Amino acid sequence: MNENVTENKSIKERIDGLVKSFGLPRLIIAGFLLLLYILAPIVGADLPTQLTNTINRFSWNAIMVLAMVPMVHSGCGLNFGLPLGIISGLLGATLSIELGFTGGFSFVMAMLIATPFALVLGSVYGWLLNRIKGGEMMIATYVGFSSVSFMCMMWLLLPYDSPNMVWGLAGKGLRTTISLEGYYNQALARILHIRLGNFEIPTGALLFFALFAFGMWAFLHTKTGTAMTAVGSNPVFAKASGINVDKMRLLSVVMSTWLAAIGILVYEQGFGFIQLYMAPFYMALPAVSAILIGGASVNKASIANVIIGTFLFQGIVTMTPTVMNNMVHMDMSEVVRIIASQGMILYALTRKTEGGK
Amino acid sequence: MEKGKAPLLELKNIKKDFFGNQVLMDINLTVNEGEVIGLAGENGAGKSTLMKIVFGADVIRETGGYGGDIILDGEKVAFETPFDAINAGIGMVHQEFSLIPGFSSTENIFLNREPKRKNVIAEVFGERLCTLDRSEMHVRAEEAIGRLGIHIDADMLIKDMPVGHKQFTEIARELSKENMKLLILDEPTAVLTEKEAEILLNSIRGMAERGIAVIFITHRLQEILNVCDRVVVMRDGYLIEDVKAAETSEADITRAMVGRNVDKVEGRSVKELDPGEGKTILSVKRLWVDMPGETVRDVSFDVKEGEILGIGGLAGQGKLGIPNGIMGLYEAGGTVIFDGQEIPLNAPRKCLDASLAFVSEDRRGVGLLLDESLGWNIAFPAMQIKDRFLKPYLGGLIKWRDEKAIEEVTQKYIKELAIRCTGTRQKAKELSGGNQQKVCLAKAFALEPRLLFVSEPTRGIDVGAKALVLEALKRFNRESGTTVVMISSELEELRATCDRIAIVSGGKVAEIISADASSEVFGTLMVSLVR
Repeated sequence: MNENVTENKSIKERIDGLVKSFGLPRLIIAGFLLLLYILAPIVGADLPTQLTNTINRFSWNAIMVLAMVPMVHSGCGLNFGLPLGIISGLLGATLSIELGFTGGFSFVMAMLIATPFALVLGSVYGWLLNRIKGGEMMIATYVGFSSVSFMCMMWLLLPYDSPNMVWGLAGKGLRTTISLEGYYNQALARILHIRLGNFEIPTGALLFFALFAFGMWAFLHTKTGTAMTAVGSNPVFAKASGINVDKMRLLSVVMSTWLAAIGILVYEQGFGFIQLYMAPFYMALPAVSAILIGGASVNKASIANVIIGTFLFQGIVTMTPTVMNNMVHMDMSEVVRIIASQGMILYALTRKTEGGK
Repeated sequence: MEKGKAPLLELKNIKKDFFGNQVLMDINLTVNEGEVIGLAGENGAGKSTLMKIVFGADVIRETGGYGGDIILDGEKVAFETPFDAINAGIGMVHQEFSLIPGFSSTENIFLNREPKRKNVIAEVFGERLCTLDRSEMHVRAEEAIGRLGIHIDADMLIKDMPVGHKQFTEIARELSKENMKLLILDEPTAVLTEKEAEILLNSIRGMAERGIAVIFITHRLQEILNVCDRVVVMRDGYLIEDVKAAETSEADITRAMVGRNVDKVEGRSVKELDPGEGKTILSVKRLWVDMPGETVRDVSFDVKEGEILGIGGLAGQGKLGIPNGIMGLYEAGGTVIFDGQEIPLNAPRKCLDASLAFVSEDRRGVGLLLDESLGWNIAFPAMQIKDRFLKPYLGGLIKWRDEKAIEEVTQKYIKELAIRCTGTRQKAKELSGGNQQKVCLAKAFALEPRLLFVSEPTRGIDVGAKALVLEALKRFNRESGTTVVMISSELEELRATCDRIAIVSGGKVAEIISADASSEVFGTLMVSLVR
C-alpha cells in the first residue's frame, strides 16, 4: 500500500518534470496529434500512409525551419525574410535545369548555383538589417514580400528557354509549376529508401537534414557560434568583449538565407515540383510557426526546438484535414488545412515572447 | 514594547525560496506603532525579498509564494497584489524610482487618487470622467512635501528634478495617503546628499511621532543608529540580530551582517613602489570622450607598471568616460600609448588584443550575459580574445568550445571570489548585485590582462562584498603584477586601495596626488574645475 503511494507520487513528479521540461503547450499539441493518429484508422484512413505523409512533410520542411536558428541566435529575431533565400534556391533550381543538367546531378548543381545567389542576397539583406536594429522582424517581412513580387516579374522576363519550364504557347516566361520528373524528383528520398507495405521512410532526405542539423549544432559549439549567441544575448556585452556585432549578425543572416535556399531545393525534391511566382510568399510563416511551436522564442532556439516543432506542425497540418475529411465525407481538405495551419501560426505567434525551453 | 497592545505588524516564520534557492528562513519580526526599525544586511541577505513579501509584490506570487504568516493589526493577511497592501495602509518607497518622468511632482503624488470635481459628463458616464481639482491637489501636495521639512517645487516635472527631490517626491506620495500605517523605505538615502539625508532622517522621526511605523533599509549604518529604535540584522536569509539601537554599535552591526570581524579596509600604508621609478605602461594624451553625462574634455595621465591608480571625482565630471572611451565603448579621440604601442580608439577589439581589460560600471547592461550561465559569462571574453577554453580540431580550422575547461575555471573563480550561487550553470540574472560584480571581475581576471580598468567596482553592493571585491583586486594586482586603474565615486575606498589618485573635474584631470593626502585636498580638487 505504502509502496503504491510512493510510486504514484514519483509518477506524478515525473509527469510534473516532463511538463516542465517539455512545456505544457507542446504536450497539448502532441496529445492532439496522438489523438488524430488514433482517430485515423477508426474513421477509415490508412495509418501507415498517414505516418508516411507526416514523415515526408517533415523531411521536406525541416531545413527551412533550421534556417531560423542562426538569426534567432544572433538577436535578429525570426527570419520572416525567408522568401529571399527561397528565391535564391529557385534561381539555382531553374538555372540548373536550363543548363541541361538532369537526374540526381541536377540537384547538386542547383545547390551549387543557388549558393552564390544566397550569399549575395543574404549579404545585402544582412546589411539592411544591421541598419534597422530593433525592427528586424517587421522589415524582414517586407523584404520577403517585395522580393517575391520583384521575382514575379523576373520569372517572366528572364531569358529562360528550356521547353520543360517555359509556357508552351509563348515559348518564353517560366510556368508557375515545373515538374521535376527526370530531374531531381525524389533525389534524396530515393537514397536508402525503406518500404514496409504502405509505410515508407525517405531515409536519404532525413539523413540530409540530420547532416545540416549536426552542422548547425556543431557550429553553435564553436568559437564563432558562441560569439553569435552572445551577440543575441547582449550586444553591448559582445561589443565590450571585442566582438564585431554587425559582422556576426551579417553572418547569421547569410547562413539563414543560404539554408533557406537549400531548404527549398529539398522541399522541391520531395514535392516533385518547382513552384514559382507567389509560392514563396507564404513559405516563411509555416517555418516560423514550426520553430515557435517547437519551444523556441524570439531570442532562444535549439536544434531540438526545430525537430519537435517541425514534426508537430507538419503532423497536425497533414493529419487534421485527412481525419476531418473521413469524418464528414466531403472534400474540404483545403479549407481545413488552411484553418489548421493558420490557426497554428496564430497560436504560435501569440506565444512568441515566451522564453526558451 | 507597550504591554497589552498588539503589535502593528507581526511576521511569523516567513520562508521563501526562488527555484529551490532558499533566500529566507523562519523570519520572525514584530513592528509596533510609531516604531522605526532599521533593517541591515548584505546584498543578497534577503532584506528586499522580505519587504516584497510584506508589500505583496507580484514577483513573490509569480515565483511560488511564501511560507509563514503575516499578521497586520491582529488579523492574518495575505496580499495578492501591492494594491491590497496599499489599501491595508502599507506604503513602500523603492530603490528604483516609480515615478512618471513627464508628470509634475503634484501629479505623481496623487496619481489615480486625485481629488475630483463633479461635472455634467461625469454625472452621466460615471466617476472616471470627473475633472481634477487642481488647486486642491496643489495645496495637499505642498502640505505633504512640507511635512518632510523640505522645499520642492510641486509643479516641477520629475525629469527636471535632481535625484534627491525625486526621492522626496516618492516619500511625499506615500505620506499623503490618509490611512498610512507602515512605511517601508528601501535605501532611500543612497542617492541623497548628506544634507538631504539628514532632512529625510528628521522627517522619519516626525512620522514615527505621528504613529506611523517605519522600516528603514540602508547600507549606511550610522543612519540606522541615529534614527531607529530597533535594529534588525539579516544574513543569508536568517534574522541574526534584533536589538535596541541604543544597545548596539556600528561595529556590532557590521559583525552581525557579515558574520565575521571586518577590519577597516587596510590602506596601502607601505609605499610598495615609488611612482617616480616604475616604467610608464600606459600613457594617455589629450583624450576626449563623448559619453552622455560623463563627457571627458581633455585628459592626460600616465600609469606606472604594477601600480593601482585611482580615478575619483564627482558624478558627471567625466571620470567614467575615461575607461569607456579608451576601451572603445563611446566615441573618443586623442592618443593612448600602451607599452610603447599606440592603441587605436573606438575599436574595442584592439584594446583587448593589447591585453587591456575593462570591468564596466554598468553590470547588467554591459558587464553580463544575463540570460546565460556563469560559465559563459566568465569564459566568454577569454575565449574570444585569447582563444582559451577552446579545443582545436582539423588543424585549428574548427575551434570547439571546451565545456570542461570552462567548468573548471568557473569553479575556480566561484571558490576564489566566494560567489554565492547554485552552480556554474546558474544564470547570471539570478544572482544578487554583489555576486554579479564578482562574476564581472572573474571575467576580467580570466582574460589575464596586463592592465585592468575597473569602473565603480563597489557600486550598489554591501560592506562584506565590498571588502571582498577590493581585496580580490589588490590580490590580483599583487600576485599577477597586473596594473589596475580603478574608477570610483567613493573617495575612502580609493584611498584605501590605490597608490595614486587622479581627481577628475570638469572633464579634465585636476591633479594626480598620493593616496595619503588629506581629505580637504581631495575635496578642493574635486570641485576645482566643475562646470
